[in-house]
Amino acid sequence: MKVPSILKRLTGRKVTGFTILIHIVAWMIALIWIIPFLGVFFASIRPYSEVQFGWWNINPFHLTFYNFVDAWNGISASNAPLSRALLNSLLVTVPATFLPIFVAALAAYSFARFKSRVKDLLFLVLVLLQTIPQQMVIVPIFTMFSNLHLLNSYVGLILLHTAFGLPWQVLFLRNFFSTLPIDIEEAARVDGASYFKIFRRIVLPLTLPALASLVSLQFVFVWNDFFFALVIITNPAMRLAPQIVPVLQGRLILNWSLLAAGAMLVMIVPVAIYIALQRYYVRGLTAGAVKG
Amino acid sequence: MQQQKIPSLLSLILKTLRRILTVSWLFLIPAFLLLIIFVLYPVGDTIYQSFLAKGNFVGLQNFNYVLFEKAFPLINIPNIQLGAFPMGALIDNLLWIVIHLPLTVFFGLAFAVLLRDVKGGTIIKSIVFLGVVIPMVVGGLLFRFVYDPDAGVVNALLRLIGLGNYARDFTFYPQTALISIILGSVWIWTGFAMIVYSAGLQGIPVELYEAAEIDGASRWKTFWRITVPMLRSTTLVIITLTVLWELKVFDIVYVATLGGPGGASSVMAYDMYLEAFYSNNLGSASAIAVLLTVLTFGFAAYMVNRMSKM
Repeated sequence: MKVPSILKRLTGRKVTGFTILIHIVAWMIALIWIIPFLGVFFASIRPYSEVQFGWWNINPFHLTFYNFVDAWNGISASNAPLSRALLNSLLVTVPATFLPIFVAALAAYSFARFKSRVKDLLFLVLVLLQTIPQQMVIVPIFTMFSNLHLLNSYVGLILLHTAFGLPWQVLFLRNFFSTLPIDIEEAARVDGASYFKIFRRIVLPLTLPALASLVSLQFVFVWNDFFFALVIITNPAMRLAPQIVPVLQGRLILNWSLLAAGAMLVMIVPVAIYIALQRYYVRGLTAGAVKG
Repeated sequence: MQQQKIPSLLSLILKTLRRILTVSWLFLIPAFLLLIIFVLYPVGDTIYQSFLAKGNFVGLQNFNYVLFEKAFPLINIPNIQLGAFPMGALIDNLLWIVIHLPLTVFFGLAFAVLLRDVKGGTIIKSIVFLGVVIPMVVGGLLFRFVYDPDAGVVNALLRLIGLGNYARDFTFYPQTALISIILGSVWIWTGFAMIVYSAGLQGIPVELYEAAEIDGASRWKTFWRITVPMLRSTTLVIITLTVLWELKVFDIVYVATLGGPGGASSVMAYDMYLEAFYSNNLGSASAIAVLLTVLTFGFAAYMVNRMSKM
């Protein structure tokens, strides 16, 4: 009787046995889901000798940043330093985030405002392209890039990510544009504004929340992509951050602390984007899904 | 007079034409140019290549080869009959769907419903959802760590409850490699189903629950009679996207097991990569890619058709 009354004062709600039960279950779920992250976190900030038989052993406990320093600088000549790989990833991810969104916005605006039979067909093609696996294009892309000297170049990779991001982005933005009131645009047109001006001055600003969704999702997708990078970037100095994870893993010696520090550095970027733009990220992810 | 009128009329027509063209079609050109070069042409070429061997047309020979005949076929019939691994990459993908889909959908729905009524539920949801946000190579690495014989939580727990004999690196043994990475990927992907269900729950009118409460319906009954039916279309979307994810899985396998041991945990996407970039067998690689695409495309088309009939 006492515990529920304390809980009631804390939560301001009537507390039943059921409520207590679901809270216990909920926090057990949280514990199970966070354990792998805790493991990596504690392994990364302690020397390997201490975590070799379990990161949960806290005696002795020494704090060290050497794992991060080693991962950042690269421990041997064969390991590209993560500092370089993180920079490389940024060089690819930033243009591969904004370029497709710009191209998709143009196409989506056209689909939303100027309808025709041919366009319905084109739109259907676009929707269907979303299901194409990366493996379905990689062999011809590899041949094409090797002929055009685009292997081990970020230009090719950026364009490839741009094309692969387009279908869902056009779909998402077309749905969004369709919900915008057309009256303002028509008023601007009467005032003599050009279509491009209307698009830039009226449509784009109203679209900012949708763009935030697209930026957060595409940034995380491109940053996290492993397959395209694996095939197209083979020069060790040019490798992207996710490619370093299997390299750090090594084949013979497994240093979990070093690996954990590397993993932390690679995942911190998408996690930061997610935390900063959480509302937009989730809205973008669920927008298409819930509407059906 | 006449001479002046014609050019102005012409320019008016041109101007109108240009306006329509500019916006309506020119806006589409960059997108479709990119799609044609980087998606449509390669897709066509992959289909074409799947019928070729060393430049000759060989019909369906590549498909027969990758499905049944190559060293690690997509469908390993003798091993399937014995119940032994590797059963083949295609079978592994199907096992992935059979095990992973019900678990993620069930956990996703359960967590979404449960955490809606829990204080701090938003934080817990963010924790569960982190698995979707992190790179999948890191995700694969995280659960390799969990399965590590010495440093991993799973084996420590086994030792704790007196099952120390079973403690091992589960990703190293043919019998357990596949199931352990599938279960690990449940940890990664449950957040996706949960977050979409959470959004779906917000779309259910509160009046329905109020009416049920007035009628004295139990929680259990309310859940099955209101929540589940109202989330039908959400469930179909989650199933579609999750099955596509399961068919396309690559990174996790690459980082956790390299498809091993002995191909026991290979999947189609990984097998395709090996054929293309290790065996240099472009015909078979293309055939695997086509089979994979037939599965993703076919399933998506079936589900979209089903949803449009609702």
